[in-house]
Amino acid sequence: MDKMTSTEPRVVGFPLRTPGEPFPPPRYEEYRRDTGLVLSYLPNGNKVWLVTRHEDVRAVLTNRKISSNPDHRGFPNISDTMGVPRQEQIPGWFVGLDSPEHDRFRKALIPEFTVRRVREMRPAIERTVEERIDAMLAAGNSADLVADFALPVPSLVISTLLGVPPVDRDFFESRTRTLVAIRSSTDQQRDTATKELLRYINRLVAIKEKWPGDDLISRLLATGTLHSQELSGVLMLLLIAGHETTANNIALGVVTLLLNPEWIGDDRAVEETLRFHSVADLVSLRVAVEDVEISGQLVRAGEGIIPLVAAANHDTDAFECPHRFDPARTERHHVAFGYGVHQCLGQNLVRVEMEIAYRKLFERIPDLQLAVPVEELPLKYDGVLCGLHELPVRW
Amino acid sequence: MRITVDSHRCVGAGQCVLSAPEVFDQDEDGLVTVLTHRPGAEEQQAVRRADTLCPSRAITVHED
Ligand code: HEM
Repeated sequence: MDKMTSTEPRVVGFPLRTPGEPFPPPRYEEYRRDTGLVLSYLPNGNKVWLVTRHEDVRAVLTNRKISSNPDHRGFPNISDTMGVPRQEQIPGWFVGLDSPEHDRFRKALIPEFTVRRVREMRPAIERTVEERIDAMLAAGNSADLVADFALPVPSLVISTLLGVPPVDRDFFESRTRTLVAIRSSTDQQRDTATKELLRYINRLVAIKEKWPGDDLISRLLATGTLHSQELSGVLMLLLIAGHETTANNIALGVVTLLLNPEWIGDDRAVEETLRFHSVADLVSLRVAVEDVEISGQLVRAGEGIIPLVAAANHDTDAFECPHRFDPARTERHHVAFGYGVHQCLGQNLVRVEMEIAYRKLFERIPDLQLAVPVEELPLKYDGVLCGLHELPVRW
Repeated sequence: MRITVDSHRCVGAGQCVLSAPEVFDQDEDGLVTVLTHRPGAEEQQAVRRADTLCPSRAITVHED
């Protein structure tokens, strides 16, 4: 233990993002070069270590002394500090469990998200994307690409995945939209929408218990490994984990392609968008459950840890010219989906969704352009994810 | 080059199948299986990539 340094850590303010500055914040680079690990305090006074180097982020996300469970003392409840009430540990919310408890849920779900299974979903995803483009084209020659395309597409894809009957998809989509519209919806509205969705999901599970079909819920029920209450938690997790994350990547990716039109039509833009924008910068939250060393710094049991994936994905030791949007780069070991046993379960679904979304948009609307100067696009800093509140486009 | 995998460690991210589809597959549980334990020269770069990307270190590449 004596090899650990006791140098005073650098302390930085929280929140980490300031409206008006680019994302990822240029300060990340300083932190990375400086000490790698920096210390911050959440508004509730809790200590949290920010991890900025690619190598360290991967090490943190695979360290058994570091936990994902929010019930541990010192866990950084970041959404709480941003006005989103902390998700209670609902049964089945396995992103907040450690191995081995976590693994039972993950194992039950893996078959639903294999590369092959996702490939089979392609026609349904293409149909959803086409329908949204048809609707935009029918409505005129301008749109808000966030509200009219980026948000509905992943929500509709998830409802298909879950086996939500077509008549209920509008209900489902409108409630999921309320959850993410932190500018235009109130806490109360979001709370109501969450309850309505949970009630709806519980009912859907009850229906599939009686009349199984060929869908994810029925198959999970058939495995007999999850109680129906756990299953509802799992489904809420899929819904929340897969909605705004995907939407923000679709929207930011379109902007980036409009600014770098030489990459339009090249599917490699998908992977590079994921790395370049790293929207889930504050998603992987951890707490040390034993004393542990990170970047040569001693982190004590009970101290929070946040691996900043946007910082890691712009680490010059891991990526050549990381600030350049370069879909032809050969390094693909970004941590936009996290790393370790919690690495995103939906990642292959996302890749296909983004690929189809970009391809169809630019195919069907070749003269798509921004309707406002890029500097005026309203970046979303006030949530857990980075994204856009709106994306006005015309054609 | 020789490959071994530990399906108990596998978390089904599918990165190996995306990187080297000729060498790796997912079984009916979605866990890693190997199609060819001794990949030819043309596959080796893809296999190394799969090894680097695997989030749960379920792949071992032996240089023999
Ligand atoms: C571009 C879109 C997405 C991004 C950037 C993203 C990012 C992430 C990240 C960073 C994690 C790790 C969290 C942690 O380490 O604590 C994660 C986990 C997860 N994601 Fe995604 N995600 C995306 C889309 C999706 C989709 C579409 C789904 C499913 C429909 C999904 C389902 C999940 C689940 C279930 C977990 C928890 C896995 C576990 O704990 O084993 N995600 N995601």
